[in-house]
Amino acid sequence: MTRPNETLETLLQQDYEHGFVTDIDTDTLPPGLNEDTIRAISAKKNEPEFMLAWRLKAYEYWRHLKEPHWAHLKYDPIDYQALSYYSAPKLKEGPKNLDEVDPKLIETYNKLGIPLKEQEWLAGVAVDAVFDSISVATTFKDKLNEMGIIFCSFSDAVQNHPDLVQQYLGSVVPHTDNFFASLNAAVFSDGSFVYIPPGVRCPMELSTYFRINARSTGQFERTLIIADKGSYVSYLEGCTAPQRDENQLHAAVVELVALDNAQIKYSTVQNWYPGDENGVGGIYNFVTKRAECRGHHSKISWTQVETGSAITWKYPSVVLKGDYSVGEFYSVALTNHHQQADTGTKMIHSGQHTKSTIIAKGISAGFAQNTYRGLVKVLAHADGAHNYTRCDSLLMGQHCGAHTFPYIESKNSRARIEHEASTSKISEDQLFYLAQRGIDTENAVSMIVNGFCKEVMKTLPMEFAVEARKLLGLSLEGSIG
Amino acid sequence: MLTIKNLEACIEDKAILKGIHLNIKPGEVHAIMGPNGSGKSTLANILAGREEYQITAGSMHYQNVDLAPLTPDERAHLGLFLSFQYPVEIPGVSNLYLLKSALNAKRKHMGLEEIDAIDFLTVVREKMKLLHMDDSYLYRDVNSGFSGGEKKRNEILQLLLLEPSLCILDETDSGLDIDALRIVAEGINLMRNEKRSILLITHYQRLLDYIKPDVVHILSDGKIVAEGDYQLATVLEAEGYEPFLQKKAGD
Repeated sequence: MTRPNETLETLLQQDYEHGFVTDIDTDTLPPGLNEDTIRAISAKKNEPEFMLAWRLKAYEYWRHLKEPHWAHLKYDPIDYQALSYYSAPKLKEGPKNLDEVDPKLIETYNKLGIPLKEQEWLAGVAVDAVFDSISVATTFKDKLNEMGIIFCSFSDAVQNHPDLVQQYLGSVVPHTDNFFASLNAAVFSDGSFVYIPPGVRCPMELSTYFRINARSTGQFERTLIIADKGSYVSYLEGCTAPQRDENQLHAAVVELVALDNAQIKYSTVQNWYPGDENGVGGIYNFVTKRAECRGHHSKISWTQVETGSAITWKYPSVVLKGDYSVGEFYSVALTNHHQQADTGTKMIHSGQHTKSTIIAKGISAGFAQNTYRGLVKVLAHADGAHNYTRCDSLLMGQHCGAHTFPYIESKNSRARIEHEASTSKISEDQLFYLAQRGIDTENAVSMIVNGFCKEVMKTLPMEFAVEARKLLGLSLEGSIG
Repeated sequence: MLTIKNLEACIEDKAILKGIHLNIKPGEVHAIMGPNGSGKSTLANILAGREEYQITAGSMHYQNVDLAPLTPDERAHLGLFLSFQYPVEIPGVSNLYLLKSALNAKRKHMGLEEIDAIDFLTVVREKMKLLHMDDSYLYRDVNSGFSGGEKKRNEILQLLLLEPSLCILDETDSGLDIDALRIVAEGINLMRNEKRSILLITHYQRLLDYIKPDVVHILSDGKIVAEGDYQLATVLEAEGYEPFLQKKAGD
């Protein structure tokens, strides 16, 4: 009666579904990083002087930094001089619509199940698709334009809305923030830019699919979202990547700003190549995501479902500056095989009567290590601050690990801070019970795990939740030892 | 239908079943009674395919299929259903979702289309009415925060829904008050027909007053020490297990 385990074993060996490489000419800078590289990137992108100055400032700062190693992660040293810092698909001329986009790109998206055209017509989702480092297709621009909403590639924003970029770039994550954020500031090639004007409720989910494609190219996106007074936007970020032998560095920066009474909902489903079952290959995901509730009564929610990457180093945070502002963090981090995740959030209460909620669900299987690291900080003048945190870990098998590091720093004695944590295992009893009802192991595991993550999954927009449910099932199959 | 021959089984080198013979024909109701630790629940779990037991001798065939190489879900698809002594809690998964998934797993196995949400609700509500269960059961997490009696009722609901051909009821009567016992027993009696077999595992005669068995077996220390018709249960109730255990000791 050992068959269920054997089934699990084979399921564990399942190949990464999105593993393929698109053969497209790329315009790639030679490996290496110095001042000239940065000047070259800036020149290629035809950037205004303030951008180059900012990049150079960041580079100068980064040169003197050491790579941080406080996280619960193990990996070989990264040779930053061996990476190429710019790779763009060769385009004869900038595409004016989808018909002008390289058919091979469209094919890639189709393989991923993201037919842009269909999405444009059917799903009502505007997709700003980042292929390697440059945006090649933007949809729904016109409709959004009518409402004054700006949703475009970062490069376009630099060209067309330099004032907004100059005003907000680095205002949440400064170029001096941390090693990876500084590197990003120096070399970032593209990303997404969103501006919602005062009082406007964005009528659709804005969505960007990232895809890392060129070999040995570090990917440095930068996203900046500004919700002006009384506006609302929901933004979706989803990622897949082709199979690789060598590790790929990914150091993105995401900055969100919510002004008075504005609301931003930022959802991520992250499914980058995690490496094979022996831990070879896979994406290194060192991301800095931070949001600022700058105005009173503003609200920012992060929801993330993290199933991919060999290494995840990521702490989407909220700085609650405005009075009565609200920050939320809902997270599912799933690690299997030799994946490592050190993720969590920071909630910084600075305004009065600010409120934050943290719900973190960690699932580890195989030989994976899963760490929740969170900081709740209440400043002295932040009267009426309230935080609720819950961290639950689910272990599958004997060789994985779950770790929780909740830091609490309160300088205000009247702050209310609640923390709950639990660790559990998927039990043989549960699996046997479901099997007895005719449900196979694969579906049983998926059912139990989705039940465990329910609170987080229900905060995802509908279409994303469906994808995320499937992902959890797929990433976990066969993880009972 | 179900044929068990000389079944021996152990858990971590501790022998629990020491040569069980059992033959249940279609339409028959058998009861296995016995003191604590006699191996009753072990037998139920082994039939359903629980992994931690090792079968050291003998065989189990159901509808002429050897059960030993089959996984628990494969056995379920053959029509074997176990009502658990201790039903398991599954947080975050609604009862509705479990019931629907179980029914659809069965339908898929039979080559039928999945049942849609509306039809499913109609079917499940019909069954719930029989067991005096209200809609709230559907939206609660599987067995989470259920009382002992509610859990047992939920097991019988699954039984009614899945319509198995062999029903193994492991101490379904424990945790039920008299009224609930009657309701659950009526539900089980509705399932009785000339094709469906039932194996009742119980300590007490009480359940057998409602569901009259064709054959009663007394299990002691991993062996069946006495067999008879319904009268045997009455004798047992009057005299206790002691005389049967002594009989075995005198063998």
